[in-house]
Amino acid sequence: MNETLSSVPIRKEWDIVGARQTGRNWAKDLGFGSVDQARIATAISELARNIYLYAKVGEINFERLDSVPSIGLKITARDQGPGIKEVSKVMKDGYSTSGGLGAGLPGVKRLMDEFDIESTDAGTVVTVIKWTRI
Amino acid sequence: MGSTKSGKQDYKQLLMEYLETGDESVLYRAEQFSKNSIQQSISPDEIVNEHYQSLLDIIPDMDDRIKSSFQFLIETMISYGMAYQEYHVLREKQIELRSEIGVAANMQDTLLKTQVPQVDSLDIGVKSVAAKEMNGDYHHFIIDDKGNIGIAIADVIGKGIPAAFCMSMIKYALESFSENQIFPKYILDSINRVVERNVKEGMFVTMFYGFYDVDTNYFHYASAGHEPGFILRKESHEFEEIDAKGLLLGVESEVTYEEKFTQIEKDDIIVLFTDGVTECRYGDRFIEQEEVLDVIKSFSHLPAQEIVDSVYKYFERLQDFELRDDFTIAVLKRIK
Ligand SMILES: Nc1ncnc2c1ncn2[C@@H]1O[C@H](COP(=O)(O)OP(=O)(O)O)[C@@H](O)[C@H]1O
Ligand SMILES: [Mg+2]
Repeated sequence: MNETLSSVPIRKEWDIVGARQTGRNWAKDLGFGSVDQARIATAISELARNIYLYAKVGEINFERLDSVPSIGLKITARDQGPGIKEVSKVMKDGYSTSGGLGAGLPGVKRLMDEFDIESTDAGTVVTVIKWTRI
Repeated sequence: MGSTKSGKQDYKQLLMEYLETGDESVLYRAEQFSKNSIQQSISPDEIVNEHYQSLLDIIPDMDDRIKSSFQFLIETMISYGMAYQEYHVLREKQIELRSEIGVAANMQDTLLKTQVPQVDSLDIGVKSVAAKEMNGDYHHFIIDDKGNIGIAIADVIGKGIPAAFCMSMIKYALESFSENQIFPKYILDSINRVVERNVKEGMFVTMFYGFYDVDTNYFHYASAGHEPGFILRKESHEFEEIDAKGLLLGVESEVTYEEKFTQIEKDDIIVLFTDGVTECRYGDRFIEQEEVLDVIKSFSHLPAQEIVDSVYKYFERLQDFELRDDFTIAVLKRIK
């Protein structure tokens, strides 16, 4: 069962902090530990910053996934920006402008348990899920 | 990515022991623990968290500010963890690449293999060693039906994979000449056009081509900007430079090369090489040509293959077993 929790619009750099805070609060509510909270917040940072930098505006959605035995936090970053032309290239380690820091989308993929991108010239949707540890 | 339950138990156990005893042996086990964790690619933020969780158990009434400070530390370590994970992946990729280059280098060896000709009048030896995985030097022998011998020595300016590609092309061009076309001038003129047409700007090749006529014992040669060769004359026991000049291959399509010849007497030794031999470095100092020739001379009583092997060993050692450039030397000794 999925339950939409909330949605945070990204328009200015400050909104990145808001999205982090919201994501962390939901993560805490759903019972994630300290490390996972920090990882979720970092993943949100990366996704929100990509929206801010490359698409200008967009939003981050939070959903709760009820499954057995763990609970999931599903985060969807959605924008109507120019899209990513070659997703497979972007997903290679070392491609991001942060090269060597391990950040960027490959970093997000590693921080989370599930990861998916759909990108066309009409926009980008990145979906990630983190499950509580049992 | 998650650490194991037993890992957590171990950490807490170690920490408790250390708090009690302050013993060096516990620190030693902590060292083992961290190596183990690295092997299981447990990232630094996990370790900080384990420390925090263990402390919560050991000191239940911990100050709230200390608790928050751990939250802060974990948050700060997340990026280190990400960099660490990326490092892992890149390292694996590097290992993979290296093995792929190894396969390519083997393939190059097979592709560029040339047989040292066996003839009565000449004792021939050759040694070619790559500085990196792929060799940018190349040598090639051709023998015609009368037993005359053609030898090409080439050096691509530039190293590594592009140089190796270029060499394969030159080899196939060389092999396409029929046996009665193996005269130096003809070969360099033709190869030059092939290189000029097929190799992109900024890549140059030097080549020396020699043709040994077994009937007359004349050595015909031409050079496209290649390192000069030498003849160690038996009579004088002195080196004579093989004087040949010409433009590098691939610079201009309409170059014609000059061909010369010289008489080779019994026990004269023809020595050809690439600049990896003459530009050996010893610390900060280039080895003088003089010195290279002296070394060759000191081994000149040996059979041809032993001469080149010994020269190589000598310079390998002099350069602390780290070649800076591809190294190729060929020796042709008239023995009859
Ligand atoms: N939402 C997006 N819209 C358009 N392009 C994007 C988006 N997210 C990422 N990109 C493109 O993908 C590239 C890689 O992104 P990322 O992995 O976050 O690394 P970085 O942002 O450091 O370059 C970016 O440089 C950008 O060109
Ligand atoms: Mg980014």
